[in-house]
Amino acid sequence: MARIDLAKPILDKNERLASENRARFEEAGVFVLDLMASPGAGKTTTILATIAALRDRYGIAVIEGDIASSVDAEKIKAHGIPAVQINTGGACHLESDMIKRAVSALDLETLDLIIIENVGNLVCPTEFDLGEHAKVMILSVPEGHDKPYKYPNIFQRAEAVILNKVDTMPVFDFDEMEFNGVVRSLNPKAPIFRISASKGDGVSEWAEWLAARIEVVRIKAGKSAK
Amino acid sequence: MHEMGITQGILDAAIEAAHKAGASRITAVNVSVGELTEIIEDALQFAFDALKPDTLAADAVLNVTMITPRSHCNDCDIDYDHDRFQMVCPTCESFAVTPLNGRELQIDSIDTEDDSEE
Repeated sequence: MARIDLAKPILDKNERLASENRARFEEAGVFVLDLMASPGAGKTTTILATIAALRDRYGIAVIEGDIASSVDAEKIKAHGIPAVQINTGGACHLESDMIKRAVSALDLETLDLIIIENVGNLVCPTEFDLGEHAKVMILSVPEGHDKPYKYPNIFQRAEAVILNKVDTMPVFDFDEMEFNGVVRSLNPKAPIFRISASKGDGVSEWAEWLAARIEVVRIKAGKSAK
Repeated sequence: MHEMGITQGILDAAIEAAHKAGASRITAVNVSVGELTEIIEDALQFAFDALKPDTLAADAVLNVTMITPRSHCNDCDIDYDHDRFQMVCPTCESFAVTPLNGRELQIDSIDTEDDSEE
């Protein structure tokens, strides 16, 4: 018997391709956001609200990840924003090679921001680096304030947490103090943005946070500040 | 169910290494998994058994070492173990902490046999 020492990441191949993606984005000065949430948390509505807030300043495109259908990409395109649909055909998350292929359908020169809408899932997308600059998660009020207890990893991995559908708080038994406390204990640094994507409340604070991140990548690539 | 994708990654890496070394078969694959990844050992074993037939690892066992999360407190400068849910420093309750262990997803080594040696 022989032992061969490897000591290498299990997701080595995914991580290598993710690094290639990231290098390409940085050269082009394009900030890439990986948006993760459960099905129905309001990912597409939040993306549309974010587009409305930032489209005058930045070139934006969207990569939609779904198990099936192109419903979401059609919604985005209807607003005049380039969108690429990835159908994972059953897989519960996106991987970096899918992003690499999707990006080849976009003109990076015209873009400052790519929003990736990951497959609706609070578990699997968190472990897969896509080459993004930030992972952000959305939790919607109807899902309940106890979700960080049940899915701690995604709350730890997110650089920011968006709490969506805050306008429905009176209807649901959502304990926001407890939610904020658990999220802080899991992820002390992440800001929590309270929004109602459908009504537009709170979207500007979130959009400004994102704009500040976009600027860093733009300036690094030698684009002028906006 | 991302254990299936992760297990495919384990098998791909193990088989590639065994090929390179000219081994006839893989008898064991040894991996380390941090508890913060939320990966379930049983699901890894299940996926490994489902994916290994007709490969160099068809008779291999998967040995999983689960790693307890450990963090460093930037305020009081201590290292401490914790569970998946509480990152906060147990001594000074600071939120300013740096994770040290618990996110591992590593293939450590493989054990192989070579028929030509026998």
